[in-house]
Order: sequence, then structure tokens, then C-alpha cells
Amino acid sequence: MADDNDEIILSELSDDELVLQMHDDLYDGMKEEIEEGVNILIARGWTPYDVLTKALVAGMTIVGADFRDGILFVPEVLLAANAMKAGMFILKPLLVETGAPRMGKMVIGTVKGDIHDIGKNLVAMMMEGAGFEVLDLGINNSVEKYIEALEAEKPDILGMSALLTTTMPYMKVVIDTLKEKGMREDYIVLVGGAPLNEEFGKAIGADAYCRDAAVAVETAKVYVARKHNQLSA
Amino acid sequence: MTDALSRLLSTRDWLMADGATGTNLFNMGLSSGEPPELWNIDQPDNIRALYRNAVEAGSDIFLTNSFGGNASRLKLHGAEGRVHELNRVAAALGREIADSSGRTVVVAGSVGPTGEIFEPMGSLTHARAVEMFHEQAEGLKAGGADVLWVETISAAEEFRAAAEAARLAGMPWCGTMSFDTAGRTMMGITSASLVDLVEKLPNPPLAFGANCGVGASDLLRTVLGFSAQGTERPIIAKGNAGIPKYHDGHIHYDGTPALMAEYAVMARDAGARIIGGCCGTMPEHLKAMREALETRPRGPRPSLEAVSQAMGGFSSATDGTGDDAGAPVRKRRRG
Repeated sequence: MADDNDEIILSELSDDELVLQMHDDLYDGMKEEIEEGVNILIARGWTPYDVLTKALVAGMTIVGADFRDGILFVPEVLLAANAMKAGMFILKPLLVETGAPRMGKMVIGTVKGDIHDIGKNLVAMMMEGAGFEVLDLGINNSVEKYIEALEAEKPDILGMSALLTTTMPYMKVVIDTLKEKGMREDYIVLVGGAPLNEEFGKAIGADAYCRDAAVAVETAKVYVARKHNQLSA
Repeated sequence: MTDALSRLLSTRDWLMADGATGTNLFNMGLSSGEPPELWNIDQPDNIRALYRNAVEAGSDIFLTNSFGGNASRLKLHGAEGRVHELNRVAAALGREIADSSGRTVVVAGSVGPTGEIFEPMGSLTHARAVEMFHEQAEGLKAGGADVLWVETISAAEEFRAAAEAARLAGMPWCGTMSFDTAGRTMMGITSASLVDLVEKLPNPPLAFGANCGVGASDLLRTVLGFSAQGTERPIIAKGNAGIPKYHDGHIHYDGTPALMAEYAVMARDAGARIIGGCCGTMPEHLKAMREALETRPRGPRPSLEAVSQAMGGFSSATDGTGDDAGAPVRKRRRG
């Protein structure tokens, strides 16, 4: 990240060069450079949606892939996500103004008794990086809190996270309550966390277990597309 | 050399630690989402039974029910004002069981992570982390813990903060990290870099190693990574009994006692001197492990192939050490 290469002047790069540079700067978690890049592209007449997808989302996809492959770890991903967030902060109002297409909406939170939010934060950030709208309920969520948020927000996806063996069974409590209330089929339920695995996800009645934040984004895209296809069929 | 762990280490070439805390307490009726530490006060007989089961299964060391007993974790349950009390009682119950066992059994005061991220990515400062760990350490010390047992750590900063807290409390300590992400910790620490980190501390631990993580095979790969560094410091191996599965409303780990016995012997051959289990490891696993450690001869240092053949495959192709160190690097435009 260090750099003696101050000679790169973002505003002098062509659009293609600048976008590639932004992918690198996201990878390196360079917040100010990302803000500058976003502003330059907007000033050059790019639509906010193009800036989001071609510069930010594409850049975060590389970060996600390297995280999945064990090349990047949590500290680097947090820095990258932070830079992405700074770019999103500029784009958000513009996206609303221009009526850009939406990927979908997710309500996410760590289950009751669990304070761990690192993985959950990564998922929330990567989902935003992929263009999803995310409502983060934070840590220690009771079944009541999840349901209240689902009813108020009407998201496509419910994401639950747990890092402890002592808290992971609580996911089933939430899913069982959704079933009792006849709400289970209204949402795509994704679960994740270090002690979980695919079989556990299936056993408790989730739609899918996501091994990491990058997989969560890919899985969310697949399920949302499937849901839309079903609706239009 | 006055502490019980140092004495045992000087007379025995391997020691057996305990198994799971959470999994065992669930079987006693702990409900998901409730903090196990409150049981030190509310259900002390269950905690006594947890400790006694480990001792009766042959453990030389057992961990106190205080993993989440720091202010940051207890705050979730409005119990942040009870750090000293909950830790003191966790250790005092342990003292009671250890002292009535008729042999030397080490009461290890469990100290788990705060769950927070350090500056600059997160908001936790070194000073605050030291303060929280120190508060917990004083409680464990007051209850009579022989050593502090820092476990499931991911970040180097948190490991250092816990070391400093042990120094402030004047306690000997042990420390293990959880290597659960492509053979490294979540924060990217490799087995080799933990060895480095440990040796650079002003008050290094009596023993260090790995706990929890993914499965027995990954854990053994990590232990091989530690011993490859040529460290003289005792190595701890506390792996999960397989992977968690959900059956009839409760979690069950799929590792059999026979598998864990094999794991224990392999961990010793790989260079570990303190061997125990983590999540899913029940008294029947511990008994099988103890028997294997006592009856089976030492073998050669196992190869990675031998580990994966006996324990199942690894969760990732590499773990960032040896020939693979720093292998995949992306070509940068800047810098």
C-alpha cells in the first residue's frame, strides 16, 4: 500500500485506465482515492449506476474472490470495504435520483447471545458492494427483533450469523418461528459463521449456508434471480 | 517454577487437557443464546459436573467456564458489572474439583476473545483490551486459577493485550489461536507467525498453540507448522471433535472417540505436549484419547498425507507457510 508512486494522477487517466486503477485502489483500501475516482467519473458524465457496477462492484468482486481463495484476510477486506463505503456514500443519493435498478434487499444480524459481528459486517459490506440494499440489525438479535424487521422492511433475504457453538442453534429457533407464522416462504434465508456448514444449514431449514462473504453475495444473486423468475413465470 | 502447570510439564512429556465446554453444557440444558458464565452462580452443580467429568476422563488440565467472561461479552446480557464475580466463582469451583481429585490437576482460567476489532479497522484500543482482560484475570486469580488460558484468538493485537493483562495480574499463562480461515486465523495469522509473535513477547506463555478452528486435520497441520519452526516452547493442540451436525434439536459433532484417539496420538507425534479437544469433545472422547496416549507408542512426525488419510482432507490446499509462504500475490499498479 505504501507508495512512492505519487505520479499517478487519477484525473489524467482515461476512463478505462481509471476504472482499473480504482479496482486496485479498492483492493488496497485507499478511501480518498476511491472518493476522487467516483467524483471524476460522475463529472465525466458516467451514470451513477455505471460507476457503481463497473468501478466499485467489479473491484469488490476481485477482493471477494481473493478473500474466498485465502489470499486476502479480514483486515484487508475491512479496509477495502471501508473505501467502497466512502464511494457508495457519494453514489447513494445519485442512485436514488436516477432510479437505478436494484439488486434486492437484505436484513442481516447476528443471533441472540452472540456478540461476533466481524463476519456479519463483511457480508453486509460485500452485499452493499454488490449493489444490494442492506439493513444491519447488529448483534444479539432475538427472534422478535428479526420478525419486526422483516415485517417493516419486506426484504428479499434474511441473513443470520453465529460464531459460537452455543449460539448457532438459535438460527433454528428463528426459522421455526417463521414457519409457525407462515412467513418462511416469503424470504430467502441465508446463514453463515465459522462453526456452521452446509449440512447444518439444511438441517435447520435455511435456503443456503454461505462459507464466506464472497459466497454469500454469489448465493444471494442466484436466489434473488430465481425468485424473480418464479414471480414472472 | 511454582505453578502447577510448570511442575507437570517438568515431570511428564505430555499432558491431557479437557474437551468442550459449550457442547457439554448444552447437554445439561443450557439454552442457546444464554451466557454459560451465569451458570457459575445459578447452576454451580452443573459446572462442578462439567469439571469433574473432564478430570474423571483423565484430563490433567481443565478450563474454567469463563470463556465469554469479559466486560464486552457480558455486556450483551447486562452482566458487565459481574466480571470479577463470575470469573472468581468459575475458578473457585474448579479449585474445589481439582483439589479433591487426589492428583495434580491444573485449573486453567479460560479467557476468550472480546469479539471486537482493534483500531484502526475497529474501535477497540489496546488499553481498553488490556483493561478488560486484566479485570477478568484478577477474578480468575482470586478464585484460585493456576494459569490463565487465553484461547480462540484471531488477532495478534488481542494476543498481545492478553499477555499484558497476564503480566499485570502476575499470572503465568497459555495462549492459543483459532486457525479457521484457509489454515490461518481470520486475521491472516499463520502458524509460523504465531511462533514469532509468542517469542517476541516480554512475558511469553508457558505453552502456546491452536484450538477450535475447522477440524482435526486442519488443526494437526497447524501443529506441524508450529513444530517446523523448531520452537522449544510446549505446543498445545485442542481440536474440535469433527464438524457440527444438527440432530433432533441439538448439535452433535461427528468425530468419534476412536477418531479423537487417533488425533491425540498424531498431535503428540506432530510435536504437541498438551493435547485436548475443543467443541464436541465429550468425556467419552477424552477417555479414548487418554487411553491412546498412555498405551500407544510414539511414532514418527506424521506427514500431511498421513494426517489427511487418517483424519480427512484439509479445508484449504495450503496454510500460508513453508514453500507456500506468500505465494499468491496480485500484481499491483501502484507501489
